[in-house]
Amino acid sequence: MSTHKNATSNWTESIQVKRSLFDLRLKEVWNYRDLLIMFVKRDFLATYKQTILGPLWFVIQPILTTLMFTVVFGGFAKISTDGQPKIVFYLAGITIWNYFSESFNKTSSVFVTNASIFGKVYFPRLIVPLSIVTSGLIRFAIQFVLFLSFLIFYFFKSGSLVHPNMYAFLTPLLLIFMAGFALGTGIIISAMTTKYRDFTYLVTFGVTLLMYATPVIYPVSSLASKYKVIVMANPLSAIVETFRYAWLGSGTFSWGALLYSFTFMFLLLSIGIVVFNKVEKTFMDTV
Amino acid sequence: MSDLAIKVQQLSKQYRLGQVGTGTLKHDLNRLWHSVRGKEDPYLKIGQSNDRTVKGESDYAWALRDISFEVKQGEALGIIGRNGAGKSTLLKILSKITSPTTGEINIKGRIASLLEVGTGFHPELTGRENVFMNGSILGMRKWEIQKKFDEIVDFAGVAAYIDTPVKRYSSGMIVRLGFAVAAHLEPEILVVDEVLAVGDAEFQKKCIGKMKDVSTNQGRTILFVSHNMSAVQNLCDTAMFLKNGEFVSKGPAKQIVREYLSERNNLLNYKEYEKHLKYVKVEQVKDKIIISAEYHTDQVFDSPQLGFVLYNNEGIPIFGSNPYIENIEIDKTKIIEGKIVLEILEPKLLDGDYILSIWFKDKFNSYIEDLECLTLSVSGMTTNKQWDQSFIGNVVPKTIWHFS
Repeated sequence: MSTHKNATSNWTESIQVKRSLFDLRLKEVWNYRDLLIMFVKRDFLATYKQTILGPLWFVIQPILTTLMFTVVFGGFAKISTDGQPKIVFYLAGITIWNYFSESFNKTSSVFVTNASIFGKVYFPRLIVPLSIVTSGLIRFAIQFVLFLSFLIFYFFKSGSLVHPNMYAFLTPLLLIFMAGFALGTGIIISAMTTKYRDFTYLVTFGVTLLMYATPVIYPVSSLASKYKVIVMANPLSAIVETFRYAWLGSGTFSWGALLYSFTFMFLLLSIGIVVFNKVEKTFMDTV
Repeated sequence: MSDLAIKVQQLSKQYRLGQVGTGTLKHDLNRLWHSVRGKEDPYLKIGQSNDRTVKGESDYAWALRDISFEVKQGEALGIIGRNGAGKSTLLKILSKITSPTTGEINIKGRIASLLEVGTGFHPELTGRENVFMNGSILGMRKWEIQKKFDEIVDFAGVAAYIDTPVKRYSSGMIVRLGFAVAAHLEPEILVVDEVLAVGDAEFQKKCIGKMKDVSTNQGRTILFVSHNMSAVQNLCDTAMFLKNGEFVSKGPAKQIVREYLSERNNLLNYKEYEKHLKYVKVEQVKDKIIISAEYHTDQVFDSPQLGFVLYNNEGIPIFGSNPYIENIEIDKTKIIEGKIVLEILEPKLLDGDYILSIWFKDKFNSYIEDLECLTLSVSGMTTNKQWDQSFIGNVVPKTIWHFS
């Protein structure tokens, strides 16, 4: 009669005050993968409904930013672009950077913007930031096509220095790194904003500051060596620099820098998930 | 007991009152300091019970305190209590939306909660897209939704509009579609808040019917929170009564509903207020019911009005009125005090205790909404014989008989 003996212990679920810090329930997240896809679909459909230009906005924004950078940083400030055509140089930086900044901005306010859904139904909250990072890929893909068309144009233009190389195959890996950073920092911030909104204000200018600390509008080679150390200490720098090295053929590449970047990202993401899991249980009381 | 679906032990939930600010940070740091030294949270010892009419001293309040109960598989449990009794908090904890302060809940089987219909509906998406959206949020897999899609659309009765964005839907259609998705979930345990309060009467009946079917024929467990005592008695076999966050009793639904209602009958036929109304009073004067109130304020009222609804002791509304629904113009503008007296000549009520809710408003503002705040004892209002009211109802018809 062992079944009867086990009767009190065959609960399928237990709601307790304290859950182990490392009980991350990632399997549960996997069970909700259909929801992730639904969120991505909804984000995409809902963004361009009721606009005239629709998904074209994904293209217009980087073009305008590139033009502005070309005029301000390339024209007025005369910052080096490593001998590359200014447009592709900036566009490369903006394309990969935008993926980070968009994803980070949105994940950092996950709890506040989704409070109404979170207050009514339970699902693994991690699904929402994951879906944000995933729908960011669609936007990235569109902007990447834009970048590629400029790249092809300059590649066939005589006397150009654009040299895409084998490292271009690292692009998916670079995206995963970027996604990891956006997700990790985003969910840490979002976990903190549930109680103290002060962090929201930090995010907006924090991202801008971070962009200047990353070689988006300048090449690492243009820096004096003491600044180079500071910039390369920023784990995002290796990603942007590698991306540009792979597609344009200028700049530096180092496996060591990438490994540093990966380690940093992995730690940040792990801390983020642990913190997020802790906060998701009670955030409804404070948000 | 091997056939339990839910076992709740010493469940408590504490909320912090007031606003988040620097004081919160101080408490948080103190709490952290205690936990670093391995001591108990210092703020768990304090806190008041959740009686909203009395303003307490403490910054913390217990929305639920030491609740323990068990629910058997296939049981339909109604959770009743006045506003602020902790019903919604309990549902939120069971639905994993928030976590308890102390205590433990064990659950056997998949739990689905329905605290709102149509959660996650996006106005720009079509009905079809939203069914998939809402279903996924409620934890269904895509193929499950696909399998039941036709049934869902059929139940909601929106087949003609299924490819139209839901922003073009009427609010009734949205509710119907939302409920239809939830009704076709197949959890072992279904947690339902008063979502049935929305939608038309016919659809409400359909919802109760569907839930009854789910509980009796499919053997699923249901937890149902409602203010509607007849819905609770209709749907549930057992009920649990909460008061100010504390457990009062659990037992057969009929008995517990009676207990809840008699508790409520400790009300008086007279109530005073601090603001707006001096008092409101209800009394039986011979064969009439008289409701009277005096109002006063530091500002001016434009056409002050009193409204009421009278319920029988099962919480079912018998009748109610106000000047607005009777199309009565009140030509009293810009007055600061006065008296309203309402004489109710018909219908006559059979003997027993009745409950009233009172509203006081004027043309522009609503000042007082006091639900179930007065009681009225009726005796000898009619010369008719008294009869079993659960059989013939509470009111006496005005009749003329013709025999030939």
